[in-house]
Amino acid sequence: MLALVTACGGGAPAAGQTGQAGKPLRIAVVMPSATTDLAFSQSMWDALKKIQADMGGESAVELKYSENMFKVADAAAALRDYASQGFDIVIGHGSQYGSSIQEIAPDFPKTTFAWGTEVNTFGMPNVYAYTAAAEQGGYVNGVLAALLSKSKVIGVTGPVEAGDAKTYVDGFTQGVASVDPGYKLSKTWTGSFSDVALMTEAAKTHIAAGADVLTGSSQSVVGSIGAAKDAGNVMWFGTQQDQASLAPQNVVASQQYDWTGILKQMIENRKNGKLATRSRPRSRLRPTKQLPASKTAASRSSPNPGPAKGRCSARCACTRRMQRSRPANRKLG
Amino acid sequence: MNELTTTAIIIGILYSAVRLATPYLYAAIGEMISEISGVLNLGVDGIMLLSAYGAFLQTGNLWLALLVAAVIGLLMGLLMAFISVTLKAEQGISGIGLYMFGLGLSTLLFKTTIGTVKTIEGFQPVKIPVLGDIPFVGEILFNQSLPVYGAFLLVPLAWFILDKTTWGLKLKAVGQTPAAADSLGVSVDRTRYVATCIGSILAGLAGAALSLALVNLFQENLTAGLGFIAVALVPFGGWRPLGIMFGALLFSTVNSVQLWLQVLGIGIPSDVAVMLPYLLTIVALAFTVSRVRGPAALNKPFERGAH
Repeated sequence: MLALVTACGGGAPAAGQTGQAGKPLRIAVVMPSATTDLAFSQSMWDALKKIQADMGGESAVELKYSENMFKVADAAAALRDYASQGFDIVIGHGSQYGSSIQEIAPDFPKTTFAWGTEVNTFGMPNVYAYTAAAEQGGYVNGVLAALLSKSKVIGVTGPVEAGDAKTYVDGFTQGVASVDPGYKLSKTWTGSFSDVALMTEAAKTHIAAGADVLTGSSQSVVGSIGAAKDAGNVMWFGTQQDQASLAPQNVVASQQYDWTGILKQMIENRKNGKLATRSRPRSRLRPTKQLPASKTAASRSSPNPGPAKGRCSARCACTRRMQRSRPANRKLG
Repeated sequence: MNELTTTAIIIGILYSAVRLATPYLYAAIGEMISEISGVLNLGVDGIMLLSAYGAFLQTGNLWLALLVAAVIGLLMGLLMAFISVTLKAEQGISGIGLYMFGLGLSTLLFKTTIGTVKTIEGFQPVKIPVLGDIPFVGEILFNQSLPVYGAFLLVPLAWFILDKTTWGLKLKAVGQTPAAADSLGVSVDRTRYVATCIGSILAGLAGAALSLALVNLFQENLTAGLGFIAVALVPFGGWRPLGIMFGALLFSTVNSVQLWLQVLGIGIPSDVAVMLPYLLTIVALAFTVSRVRGPAALNKPFERGAH
């Protein structure tokens, strides 16, 4: 499946210097669910493990995590704790952690902070914001779903109508509509990222209403996948992680989040003495700050910013990664 | 495009309402028995989680899975009774402690033994002969899985035990005026132990019904607070099995209706739809609870001669 991860930042002046020879780079992450949730949290943990392996194992990168941090107050305490312990990069992996990062980051000017999925760095020199282009894979999933559906009834089981859950569903909806606007596409939102029982029932309701293709996001969709499996001939399209292991006969394709791009960027920038890259909304580009020369970021004060795409990669440090498609060896219909 | 008939939609709503009510029924009737004896057990959710996990491990044999869930419930019940009856600890706090213990332990065990989310073959719907062929009613009530039937059979059973047996009478006496019961030779502590354990076993079965019949998987914090709603259903139902069944069905029906409203694309915002079951519960609570009184000795440890 296609996985697109977009991270936006800008350029910011240098500050701390870490990752010297001999000392491992220390990264801590706080996540709303488990590292094995087959969804949002696992996508980040898997990426961190991959980075660790690529950089030479535990002697090069030390990883710590706090999982199941649904309570923002607990997460804030954990984030502050990691920063106090001297971790180089502290990640709040959830859009609900923004206010905590905003509060904590100024107290630890030599620590790199990151949070997502969001685009707001609060204008702070040591904060990254990252987001996923969930609508891109959602569109592809939508096209596939529409082409495979026989009943022409498709169900979406979402958690909360916000964030990447919403953008994924929006992309999916447009993908379906691009094949045939006459398809019946109904959406349910359970109002919870974790209520598996209600998510299961939502999926069963879609199936009872005639849907033969389902999709949805959040860690509670394992319930929807279970419902599709029970029904037998219902197809599932996943997002955030490869969910085929839950129901190999039903999961047709999954969009996977791959955060290694932004993580590598963060590590690379830190090596070059930059804590973060300050983000700026595109419409308010003000070429003022002079940036240190580096391979990854071009100077914003360049008189000729170049074509649109190049400008974006220079200014926003957008990283787009594509992953190999997961085989669709599934029973279809 | 296939258009759904109104009958099909109504059957769909009621069928899933009956199924959704199942874990609430087990847990709330168990909690009711415990509360009638005077023990408020807020640890229901934790017991459900641990039992749901234990049952999930035994899916090769679903009956063994139910047994495991019941045994875990029993052990948790003994723990709760020991803390609240023998040690006379504050029940609300010990119940929350029990909940956190169940949540933490089930999460830890899940991580170490299973690791990642997996689906299983749970209890499948079993059509009851003859009754299952009745149009409409049969499709809704007699085409469910075995734990669903069990939950609804529990309602008359609990009613019979409470109202028609000596033990039921003793139970109420212990919860209303333990001193009087004690003076008549009824062991308050033992009755409360038994009631708390029965309640916890039923909470265990509620957990198993969730992981083996409703969602067919286990995940950290699978219940997502379901056990607390079950505790709330007890005063809602006026400490009566029938009242609790009514409450559970009301809650699950509205939940099922709101899902169908969303699926059918009836233009209400999803936030409002999700709110409906809770909103209606509060409204219903406002009209019912003021008229019923709970067990007088609820939440009060018994000390002989303390009066």
